Amino acid sequence: MNEALLRELVPVVIGVLLRRGADFASAEDAVQEALIRALDTWPDDPPRDPKAWLVAAGWRKFLDAARAEASRRGRELAVQVEPPAGPAPATDDTLRLYFLCAHPALPSASAVALTLRAVGGLTTRQIATAYLVPEATMAQRISRAKRRIAGLPLDQPGDLGTVLRVLYLVFNEGYSGDVDLVAEAIRLTRQLAHLTDEPEVAGLLGLMLLHHARRASRTGPGGRLVPLGEQDRSRWDTGLITEGVTILQAALARDRLGEYQAQAAIAALHADARSTSETDWVQIVEWYDELLLLTGSPVVRLNRAVAVGEAHGPQAGLAALADVNPDLPRYTAVTAYLHERAGDLEHAAELYAEASRAATSVPERDHLTREAARVRHLLRP
Amino acid sequence: MKYLLLKHYRGGPAPAAGWPPMDQWTPEEVDAHVQFMRDFAARLEETGEFVDTQALAPEGTFVRYDGEGRPPVTDGPFAETKDLIAGWYVIEVESWDRAVQLAGELSAAPGPGGEPIHEWLEVRPFLGASPTVTG
Repeated sequence: MNEALLRELVPVVIGVLLRRGADFASAEDAVQEALIRALDTWPDDPPRDPKAWLVAAGWRKFLDAARAEASRRGRELAVQVEPPAGPAPATDDTLRLYFLCAHPALPSASAVALTLRAVGGLTTRQIATAYLVPEATMAQRISRAKRRIAGLPLDQPGDLGTVLRVLYLVFNEGYSGDVDLVAEAIRLTRQLAHLTDEPEVAGLLGLMLLHHARRASRTGPGGRLVPLGEQDRSRWDTGLITEGVTILQAALARDRLGEYQAQAAIAALHADARSTSETDWVQIVEWYDELLLLTGSPVVRLNRAVAVGEAHGPQAGLAALADVNPDLPRYTAVTAYLHERAGDLEHAAELYAEASRAATSVPERDHLTREAARVRHLLRP
Repeated sequence: MKYLLLKHYRGGPAPAAGWPPMDQWTPEEVDAHVQFMRDFAARLEETGEFVDTQALAPEGTFVRYDGEGRPPVTDGPFAETKDLIAGWYVIEVESWDRAVQLAGELSAAPGPGGEPIHEWLEVRPFLGASPTVTG
C-alpha cells in the first residue's frame, strides 16, 4: 500500500466533503475514520481508484454521523444526500486547510496536532506517539481545537506567519516513535511551496533542507550530540544542500527578505564551508544583524554573539553578550564556550558544569557535562 | 506488576561510595556512563519490561493553594539539604525480586575508573487497578 499517496489524499478529500456542504469538524472526523479504514483494508484489498474510494468512504461516514445527529435532535437531515457535481480547484482547498488548522486563535500545540491530522493525513494515534502523550489526550486536544475554530469562514485569507511557525515547530520536534516529524514537516512545507509563491515559504523550505542535510552527522555513537564544529562534513547530504541553496537563492532574488530566508542564508553559509575555520563568519554576523532587525529575538542575539566570537575573537563575542538576557536557555553554555576560546579554562569548566544543570534536554545535558569533563581534563591531564 | 525505580540527586541513605560530580570525570568515563544507561533501557525493551524513563531538571519549586483570589504560595528553589528526584524508570516485571535485581543492575552504572557507582535507587510498587475477580 502506498501510505504516502493515501496521506496526500487526506486534505484533498476533506476539501471535497467541504464543497459538498459538510462542516469542517464533521468532514475532518469522517475522513479520519475513512483513513483508518483504508490503512486497515488497503494492504489486502487495494482500491483501483484510491481517491474515489476515500471520497466515497468519507462521505458515507459523514452521512452516517449527520443522520445520527439529526435523529438525536429529531430533525430532518439538512445536507444533500446526493453530492452536487462539478470539480473545483483542489489546490485552493488544501491551502485553506493550512490556514484553518494553523489559525492564530489556536494554541500552538493544538495547531500542530490539527495540521498533522487534517493536512498531513496522520492518525491521532501516530500524532500521540510522536508527541509522547496518550491517544485520548491527543484526540481531546484536536476536538477542542476544532470547536475553537468552528464557524470561522473558510474563504478568508489566512495568516501565513502562523502556518510557517507551526511547520517550523513540527520540524524542530525531530522524531520519536514510527513517525518522522522532520520528513513530515519537509513534505508539508514542500507542498505549501507549490500552493503559494511567498518567498518566506521557500525560505523555510530551504532552511529545513539545509538543516536536514546535516542529520547523519549531528549525533555520534550512543546518540551523543555532535556540535557543528566537530561534525564530519563528508557525511552532509550534498543533494539536499544543493536543493536548499537553489530554493533559497530564488527566494532571495525576489527581494522580500524575511526571518526564514535569513536563517536559511546562515545555514547555507555553514553548508558551504569545509570547516568552522573556513566559514565566512563575517557574513554570518551580517545575516544575524538582518535577522535581529526582522525579529528582535533574544535567541538571535545570543546566537549572534557566538558568530561574533568566531568572526572577531572571543573577547568581542563576550562583549556582544553584554546586551543578552542571562536567563535564556543556552546563555551559560555560550559563555562557557567563549571563555574556553579565550583560554580561561578554569572558568569555562565551571560554566559548562553550570550550563549542564540548566540544560533543557538529556542529550544537551550529557553533552555539556562531557564538555565540562573535557575542559577539566585539559587543566589536569 | 509495575515498579518505579527512582533516582535522586540528593536524599536517601548515606552514599555507599563518595564519587566526585560527573563533570569532574574524564570525558570517556562520562560517555561510558551515558552508554550504560542507554543499554539498560534497550535491554529492558528487549525483555518486554520497559515502560518509561524520564529525567528531571535539578531545580524545582514547591507550590500550594493560598485561598480564593490569591496567587499560589511557592517555596524554593530548594536548599542543598532537601531531597531531590533526578529521574526514573518505570518497569513492568514478574515479581518484587526481579524489580530489586534490576535496580541493583542499574546501580552498577560505571563511574570514575569504570567502577560501579553503587548509587542508591528507590524501588516503589505502583498501586494497580482493583482486579475484576476478587473471590
